[in-house]
Amino acid sequence: MIEARELTKTFQDKKRGTIQAVDRVSFRAEPGRIYGLLGANGAGKTTTLRLLATLLQPTSGGATVGGFDVAREPEKVRTQVGFLAASTALYGRLTAREMIEYFGRLNGLPPAEIRTRIKRLAAELDMGEFLDRRCDKFSTGMKQKTSIARTLIHDPAVMIFDEPTLGLDVMTARAIVRFVRECRDRGKTVIYSTHVMSEVEKLCDTVGIIHDGRLCAEGTVAELRARHGVHDLEEVFVRIVGEEERK
Amino acid sequence: MNWRNIVTVYQKELKDSLRDRRTLMSTIIIPTLVMPLLTFGVGKVMASVISRAQEEIPTVAIIGGADSPGVVAALKQAPKLRVVAVPADWRRAISDKKLRAAVELPAGFEAGLKAGAAPEVRVYNYSGELKSDLGARAVERFLTDLRERTVGERLKERGLPATVARPFEFQRENVAPPEKVGGNLFGGIVPYLIIILCFSGAMYPAMDLTAGEKERGTMETLLCSPVARGDIVLGKFLMVLTGSLSAMGFMLLSMGLTATIGGTMMLGGGAMKVGAATAGKAAGVLPMIDPLGLVGVLAMVLPVAVLFAAAAFTIALFAKSYKEAQSYLAPMMIVVIMPAVIGMLPGIDLNARLALVPLLNLSLVCREMLSGVWHWNYIALIFGSSCVYAAIALMLAVKMFQREDVIFRA
Repeated sequence: MIEARELTKTFQDKKRGTIQAVDRVSFRAEPGRIYGLLGANGAGKTTTLRLLATLLQPTSGGATVGGFDVAREPEKVRTQVGFLAASTALYGRLTAREMIEYFGRLNGLPPAEIRTRIKRLAAELDMGEFLDRRCDKFSTGMKQKTSIARTLIHDPAVMIFDEPTLGLDVMTARAIVRFVRECRDRGKTVIYSTHVMSEVEKLCDTVGIIHDGRLCAEGTVAELRARHGVHDLEEVFVRIVGEEERK
Repeated sequence: MNWRNIVTVYQKELKDSLRDRRTLMSTIIIPTLVMPLLTFGVGKVMASVISRAQEEIPTVAIIGGADSPGVVAALKQAPKLRVVAVPADWRRAISDKKLRAAVELPAGFEAGLKAGAAPEVRVYNYSGELKSDLGARAVERFLTDLRERTVGERLKERGLPATVARPFEFQRENVAPPEKVGGNLFGGIVPYLIIILCFSGAMYPAMDLTAGEKERGTMETLLCSPVARGDIVLGKFLMVLTGSLSAMGFMLLSMGLTATIGGTMMLGGGAMKVGAATAGKAAGVLPMIDPLGLVGVLAMVLPVAVLFAAAAFTIALFAKSYKEAQSYLAPMMIVVIMPAVIGMLPGIDLNARLALVPLLNLSLVCREMLSGVWHWNYIALIFGSSCVYAAIALMLAVKMFQREDVIFRA
């Protein structure tokens, strides 16, 4: 489970001064459900997810991920998390097997267990053909499969996806969406950030709309539609963001 | 600190780096080739240029001398000189390397000699230009012979023995063992090469493991793992240190092989011909490097390699891309070379103050150790201070890695 409480992050910039990237964001993501973070570019989605994955430290507020506090127990949090983003790349000079094995070892798994899990993941993700080839020669689809295997090697209870379909072709994006659903079906807590409305409609059980670092609205897609009296999710989003800017 | 994680990170970085062509070039290939290239390549070219210049009979112009036909005739007959007509602008001809040297005989030179006056002869050359210097030296040798002949004739005229002007003879003989001769000869260049290679060996892995990872997007992937950031830094730092030490190791290995295989060549016609000829002739044997001195150098270099690895790591970590890291680290090479060059200069001796100056202290103490001189108090001071500098640099590297504005610098 993920629970964010008044999560805040500010950055200091020489030119722009203090930047409030995440402003008192609170929400709860449950096991077996997908929580979608919907927002425009620069809204604060990535910073929020980086805070939850303990890549960044909160300026104030806090969060618990898989039962551990992000500020006090960052390493324990990371044992519970699988983080997949467009910005998390693969080591080009390693083979897919070496890449997955490395992250298995970093997660403290014994070698025999790593071998068993790689075999299972390779079969599930149909990686047999390229498992022992170097990642720098991979197609986008192969890279995504290897990244997925890397995030799953330690069987985390929480999966964080930061715009994972960004820049992918339709087929690869569909495979990712299918994989996200599978994670939910296995009872994992899933948090999924995107700015693509159709993905939210297809995937998310609960949606949080983020704008200027603030969580402006939260609910199921149906609840949000009903609250604003329109069916089109894009129109719902525009209205919520518009109201937020008028405040 | 979890050693299991540190070793895991290190092993991965080692495997990754061994597959990186740029790292292999800077840590193995260049250090292995540098000594044979210097010795057999550049050295051979240098030796051949010098020997060709020595074989050339220099062109010399005689200015004046119309009233000194004897000296002019002797100059023209000198086998090591080729007298040519005086060009209109002989000074420019020397500067333009068309004429090697000129000798100016004052008016009434021969008459003056006979009268017992001390006329002054001037020799003109292009100072610092090898062939012109050799030409001037040939003229000076002729003039020295002429002077000695004149002295001999005058003594004979007065019925005095030659020993009046030359009361005793002397001869120089080397008493230093070949290790010391070799140490003195190579003592400056070896630490210089070690310092350069140690730094360049650290440079490429440092850039690849920090800025390179940021650029390729793998840094964020790595930070998602539950490994503590301090452990990641140490694992990566050990790889950078491996790069630095392997560059030095391969250079020393190659130097040893070059000296063994091409030792005779080095003295016969190789790179060190000019310098070694003096030392080697005096010693009567091939100059060698004291193996104990070499062990001492290795021990002293260790904390400096740690310093280099940590400093290169910290600087490269700050950069957003490989290219940016290169632009930060390339000028650092000059900062590294400067103290090494100063350490090679004659007349700069180790003292307590210089023993605290990083790199310069290493350069100076290595020169002494390779010549068999062991100042234990300075050695302890240098080793201790280098360890302190290395520890500070490593702490800084760990601290930098904890900073979000450095790791996620966009």
